[in-house]
Amino acid sequence: MIDHILTLLIFFPALAAMLGFVVTKDSMRAYGIAVAFIEFVLSLWLWYAYDPMISGMQFMESMPLIPQFGINYLLGVDGISLFIIILSTFFTLIGIASLTETRRIKDLIITLLFLEMTMVGVFAALDAIVFYVFWELSLVPMLYIIGAWGGPLRIYASIKFFLYTFTGSLVMLVGMLFMAYFYYQATGQWSFSILEWYRLILPENFQLWLFVAFFLGFAIKVPMFPFHTWLPYAHGQAPTIGSVILAAILLKMGTYAFVRFSLPLFPDASVFFMFPIAIIAIIMIIYTAMVAYAQEDIKQVVAYSSVSHMGVIILGTFALNVEGVSGSVFLMLAHGVVSGALFLLVGVIYDRRHTKLMSEFGGLASVMPRYATIFGIMMMASVGLPLTINFVGEFLSLLGFYKQSHMLTLTAGVAIIVGAIYMLAAYKKMFFGTVMNEKNKNLKDLNRTEYLGLIPLVIVAIWLGVYPKPVLEPINNSVESVIQLMHDKAQSQEAKARIPDLSGKNEIIPMQEAH
Amino acid sequence: MLEPINVSLASLNLATLAPMLIAIVGALAILVIDMVKGGLHKSLYVMISLLFLLLDLGALVDFAGLFMKNGTVLGFFDVMLMDGIAILSQIIIVAGSMLFIPLALTSKRFHEYNYPEYFALFLFMIAGFQFMVATDNLILIFVGLETASLALYTLIALHNRKKSFEAAVKYFTMGALAAGFYAFGSMILYAISGSVEINQIATVLAEDHYSNIGYVLVSMAFMIAAFGFKLSMVPFHTWTPDVYEGSSAALAGYMSIVPKIAGFVVAMRLFEFLVHSGVVWLQVILYIGVVVTMTASNIWALVQTDVKRMLAYSSISHAGFVMAAILIGTTQANTGLFLYWALFSFTNLGAFTMLWVNRQKNLLPGQSSDHPYEKFSGMVKTMPMAAVMMALFMLSLAGIPPFGLFWGKIYMIGSAVSAGYTVLALIMALNSAIAGYYYLKLIVFMFMKEPMVGYDQFYFMNASLSLKTIIGIAAVGTIFAVFTVNPLLEVITLFVYNSGY
Repeated sequence: MIDHILTLLIFFPALAAMLGFVVTKDSMRAYGIAVAFIEFVLSLWLWYAYDPMISGMQFMESMPLIPQFGINYLLGVDGISLFIIILSTFFTLIGIASLTETRRIKDLIITLLFLEMTMVGVFAALDAIVFYVFWELSLVPMLYIIGAWGGPLRIYASIKFFLYTFTGSLVMLVGMLFMAYFYYQATGQWSFSILEWYRLILPENFQLWLFVAFFLGFAIKVPMFPFHTWLPYAHGQAPTIGSVILAAILLKMGTYAFVRFSLPLFPDASVFFMFPIAIIAIIMIIYTAMVAYAQEDIKQVVAYSSVSHMGVIILGTFALNVEGVSGSVFLMLAHGVVSGALFLLVGVIYDRRHTKLMSEFGGLASVMPRYATIFGIMMMASVGLPLTINFVGEFLSLLGFYKQSHMLTLTAGVAIIVGAIYMLAAYKKMFFGTVMNEKNKNLKDLNRTEYLGLIPLVIVAIWLGVYPKPVLEPINNSVESVIQLMHDKAQSQEAKARIPDLSGKNEIIPMQEAH
Repeated sequence: MLEPINVSLASLNLATLAPMLIAIVGALAILVIDMVKGGLHKSLYVMISLLFLLLDLGALVDFAGLFMKNGTVLGFFDVMLMDGIAILSQIIIVAGSMLFIPLALTSKRFHEYNYPEYFALFLFMIAGFQFMVATDNLILIFVGLETASLALYTLIALHNRKKSFEAAVKYFTMGALAAGFYAFGSMILYAISGSVEINQIATVLAEDHYSNIGYVLVSMAFMIAAFGFKLSMVPFHTWTPDVYEGSSAALAGYMSIVPKIAGFVVAMRLFEFLVHSGVVWLQVILYIGVVVTMTASNIWALVQTDVKRMLAYSSISHAGFVMAAILIGTTQANTGLFLYWALFSFTNLGAFTMLWVNRQKNLLPGQSSDHPYEKFSGMVKTMPMAAVMMALFMLSLAGIPPFGLFWGKIYMIGSAVSAGYTVLALIMALNSAIAGYYYLKLIVFMFMKEPMVGYDQFYFMNASLSLKTIIGIAAVGTIFAVFTVNPLLEVITLFVYNSGY
């Protein structure tokens, strides 16, 4: 069974969703929680069975799908994807457990389980077409969640979300087909296996345009600065559960794909585009922070802050060294936990007051002290307070990029600190002062369902902030092999210099095994 | 005195006629049955047609086996040409027809199915298409084309509605024009080469190094116009949406699949040798034609308010997409054409059948056409299973993996990339994104809007067990396409490659 655990992880929720059609409406939530819990335990088992000392792919599965065209059902995890898979199953569980939606709950839970299948599939796939299948398929459940349970502009928001991402990924598909053709020319065989592609050394001019083709697909998903306009709409209109999954996991697909595809496939192009992308990332951090400050809707604040932090992830990824990339992968997890939690928290107050405008609130700390505490912790985590989960990732990302450029890193660092202002301001507006609005006088504090969702997130946010090693170490090992691969494949002088050579460092690594 | 010519019967190779003859005999049998005892129920005729089509398919499979062993089979002084693409396209034609004919078994009564002639004409039409693809003789192509088209005009008109007559007349007029163009084109080709066989024309033209290039181009202009009408390429597409709207949904679905594959095969035979021998002008025209057909029809489809018209424009766009194969002309591209069309048949048949089961006899007050988007609004709340099926077909048409058409799409785009048409590949990909919007629109109506009062009485009004079976087959074919792609690719590549395309 452990040999096929990835297949099990992918298709268990889908199968359960299929069977879920039979379950009656009243019992659906319990069913959903049970399925998500089993799935989460399976993913923990995957972690348990995973050998952190091996940097390559583990639990590989392979089955020919369309051998004539080189498409195989190829799965595997390494330290980079392992934790994002766990994050996906974790958030699906939290999401379903803290679900307060009552309209057509059966459809919603079945959709969420299908969504879980596509999420795990994206992160476990090692064949470009299989990856693409799950990548595209994940749009459909999300479209339905936003479009059917969202706010008044939901249809516009959901279509915008779908078309934006769909367009970008079609360009990426052409890039993938070109890669496969290039592989065909080099070896006489079609292949879409990423691991096979890693072995190709592409001429630099091909790398440049292929990088751009892939970049479009990924950047729209992340979303990076000029392509981010779909996200505020999607978040603004989506129901709480939709925003949580979108921010925590779906956006990570883009950044994950950068690490999985762009960096190792196109090392020279990555170095070539390093500074332009870093500048976009910094614009993203500063610009969205400023926009967030101007928002009146607390959910929009959280949404823009989420985009802003995605900028830091991109910056870390394009540091192209172990610290930066490990930091960015860790920050993906951290961002998932923190922004997911913040969206859940916004959902809590929305359920009570049916408004998200900050001007409606004020002084909530005196009415809902526990809520204010958890919100406070998560807000601190979001601005990157030391000893919280975000700090580790942000620090490593910036440290990584510091090796490439001091100036840009300093700008980004200052921007992050300034970015704390809008969060603190938003917190002040909502929680401090006296209760002005009559409707807020009798609000109830957190209930059991909400605790169930929020407490685990608080624990994770602090635990991994204090002691990130169990997660950081496997990530680090896998990232090292990616960086080494990039260094070996790089052709231009600049790329060789920018991407560190780790082959000499391997002797030092065994020291970590001492524990 | 003229020498008597001795022709041995064996050299005629009568067997090459077998598949078409089966269809013709079937049609005659239906007429005879009607003469012996009139007023029989349509289910009898459906089953008889189905049986003869099954025999037809059996004969084709037999030919496929023969082709794998001995290669191309010729007959009737080389007029009949049973090569790989002829066999493949006939299999698609006959299999598509077999899926179509049970759609006559609706639960409501329709005027046209009371006539046994309907089924006879249907079988004649299939024979016509089969002749059209199984030859490279321009005259026989013409005969096949006209047999099939005339039968089809009548089938459309038999759907007893004002709009159907309009559609039939429109189609007939346009078809006559196309036939004229075709005749002119062939005439010029005959004048400069002295032959009506495409491969001989190709040889003659190559031998004198295209010294008559002016005439070739004029004849190609006529031919492009003729096939532009038949394959509904922009700007010759204007009849398509009206004709689809006027004919019954079942027949519209049929028209979007079967006549087109026949047209593609002839276009492939005719244009590819010219594109390959470096007639740049033709290449440029085809390139423009393909891009404009794909893009313009997609944009028109965006603004349609009726689902059937939307599907009409979408099928134009799909045809344009597939025409790219003829422009690219590699074995991979031609393989992609057949793969795409085989997968498209399933999905499109499913989509049109979904419209067919929701057919209403009378329009509601304020309803402008048969299948406005509003009709499907909130369908997931009243008929969840039907809504899911319809959404499935829409997603497949939009090219969302892992459903059927996605695999055809990547193979086609992949062939464009391998042949160096990178810009074309990008245009094809971006067109899929535009198309995403209008397919999505129907999903939005079905899943995200509230049901409209009045329309839900029509849902599945026309459904019967056989219609549901067809939808089921189409759905299974669409969902599990991924497992059929590899065997399909193997067979198609073998057949296409061995026919020299």
